[in-house]
Amino acid sequence: MADTPLLSVSGLSVAFDTPRGTAKAVNGIDFGLDRGEILCLLGESGSGKSVTLRALMRLLPERRSKIGGRVTIEGEDLYALPERRVEDLRGKTVSMVFQDPMLAFDPVYTIGRQIAETILRHEAVSRAEADRRALELLEKVQIPSARRRLDAYPHEMSGGMRQRAMIALALACNPSILLADEPTTALDATVQMQVLLLLRRLQAETGMAVIMVTHDIGVAAETADRVAVMYAGRIVEQGTAAQVLKTPRHPYSVGLFASTVHAGLKHQRLDAIPGAPPDLTALPAGCAFAPRCPRREAACEVAPPPVTATADGRSVVCVSAAALARS
Amino acid sequence: MTMVPHALPPVPDVGGPAQPLLKVDGLTKHFPVRGTGFFAPKLVARAVDGVSFSIAKGETLGVVGESGCGKSTTARLLMRLIEPDAGEMVFDGELVGEELGIRDLRRRMQMVFQDSYASLNPRLIIADSLAFAPTVHGIPHAEAMAAAAELLEQVGLDPKAVLGRYPHQLSGGQRQRINIARALALRPRLVILDEAVSALDKSVEAQVLNLLVDLKRRFDLTYVFISHDLNVVHYIADRAMVMYLGKVVEIGPVDRIYADPRHPYTRALFAARLSSDPERRSVAAALEGDPPNPINPPSGCRFRTRCPLAGEICAAHEPVVTDLGEGHSVACHLADPASGHSEASRHG
Repeated sequence: MADTPLLSVSGLSVAFDTPRGTAKAVNGIDFGLDRGEILCLLGESGSGKSVTLRALMRLLPERRSKIGGRVTIEGEDLYALPERRVEDLRGKTVSMVFQDPMLAFDPVYTIGRQIAETILRHEAVSRAEADRRALELLEKVQIPSARRRLDAYPHEMSGGMRQRAMIALALACNPSILLADEPTTALDATVQMQVLLLLRRLQAETGMAVIMVTHDIGVAAETADRVAVMYAGRIVEQGTAAQVLKTPRHPYSVGLFASTVHAGLKHQRLDAIPGAPPDLTALPAGCAFAPRCPRREAACEVAPPPVTATADGRSVVCVSAAALARS
Repeated sequence: MTMVPHALPPVPDVGGPAQPLLKVDGLTKHFPVRGTGFFAPKLVARAVDGVSFSIAKGETLGVVGESGCGKSTTARLLMRLIEPDAGEMVFDGELVGEELGIRDLRRRMQMVFQDSYASLNPRLIIADSLAFAPTVHGIPHAEAMAAAAELLEQVGLDPKAVLGRYPHQLSGGQRQRINIARALALRPRLVILDEAVSALDKSVEAQVLNLLVDLKRRFDLTYVFISHDLNVVHYIADRAMVMYLGKVVEIGPVDRIYADPRHPYTRALFAARLSSDPERRSVAAALEGDPPNPINPPSGCRFRTRCPLAGEICAAHEPVVTDLGEGHSVACHLADPASGHSEASRHG
């Protein structure tokens, strides 16, 4: 067990049939996840980060999507498993926290009941034991007067409390991988900080691995061990949080961080990246960022750039990667 | 770049530069809330509760606060999209509703919303959306259409590529530029931007912020910029107004408020900003719990239930607005030496 990687993704691609043609949402991505690690997939809308996350739980509609490549979880090939085995996996080995807990919870059952159901589905325990664990979980995510909250319906809770309850539900069966899709984006600033600190603490306590999808550089900086920056369905840059966030190399990461407003920029013109992300139904043949890139060369438009790994453990997908590493 | 043809001339200035463009006094809106039963007591959400401020000509007032603080309701009250229960508004010296009719107010004041798609009629091509308001205000259709094309150039879009399109055929960034163009079609003096860049991706947000700065200069505009993003408000605003549960808790020049926030809520809000350095992470949350519900807000100071410095006086009396000089004022007992708060002198 110890030497099989917890999660490994190789050549993952996802395409959807749409009325306008085939949308290539994810275009051949590779990454691994170690036990106890927090990986952030950072990208803007349409970069493929949420689709990637859903692919890791086999949640994509199988008839409408074409999925290629390989995902292995604890050594098992996810897309070769029968549906029944995948259901055992979901919520037990891998579980997920969504951006909008109001949509993720069933509105007609109490919070406590939904957490207990999850435990009963995966473990051979009594109803009373499941109820006791549900209470313990609500206490663990610091919901005040947890006993009373067990009987609350999702709509009776505030946004922050619902997101805590969602986390409690996700942790019900001690998963080894938690997938979190923009878990704090819908929350107010003061509540966002509470929930991020809670996630960090729970990760440290349980030793689970986390993949966090976010568009917010701040969320990545507050939580990630490693960061993968996504653009048009590809990971353009990968490395430790400090490497990627403090000294970005890919021209897109550089542009993204430069266009993010911070205190030092008052009265200055913002360094916006020109143009807009590409149409996923008509991706360019070469690098998808080339049309917006200040370092564009002839080679960029011919074929997608190769992955260049450097000695310090980071990788950059750019034809100028070697030059970028020196600069 | 050519200027928009004066199909609609800009509204002339009335009171000169010293007169505030907009002065709001005691603005209040309470929404009735459906009770839990027939005999249940009638409840009201005190969404905006006695809000007063003024905006100078040519400045940008940033409004910050969390959900339920009343910032969007304030925007809708300013536009008279909803009727205030109480309070007065004076636009460049004219009392709104009496000296200045609502229709004329809306020529002078326009708004851009967060959801770029929901703001546009999905069945109208962009040209018709842009020409609609000028036509209502008496501009011949052909002239309004010509003005629409020039407005698109002003917001950095190619009229040929956009005029005949429907909203769903455009990206979020393009749509928000169109909403800005539409807001400018009536040549307003004040534009309310309610989370207008919040739904955009960071790389596009920066483009639109640059555009807003350019347009303000070119069209001699005044902005009310509502946002939950403190960094964006710091960047674009001259003054900042911080709201909590329907009240203004602090207002003043942006540089002063960001350098030396005086209200405990403002401090907490700033402390909740995420670090951008993975080696210097936040270690503790500044506040516990969620913002309370504006139905039945706490007595006295509404922030006291989450305030680390709350004293007995805070539950008993609502704090008065204390002027700290240079246009900076705060509604907190700690800043008021006469309040009777035991720590007022130390923090004041």
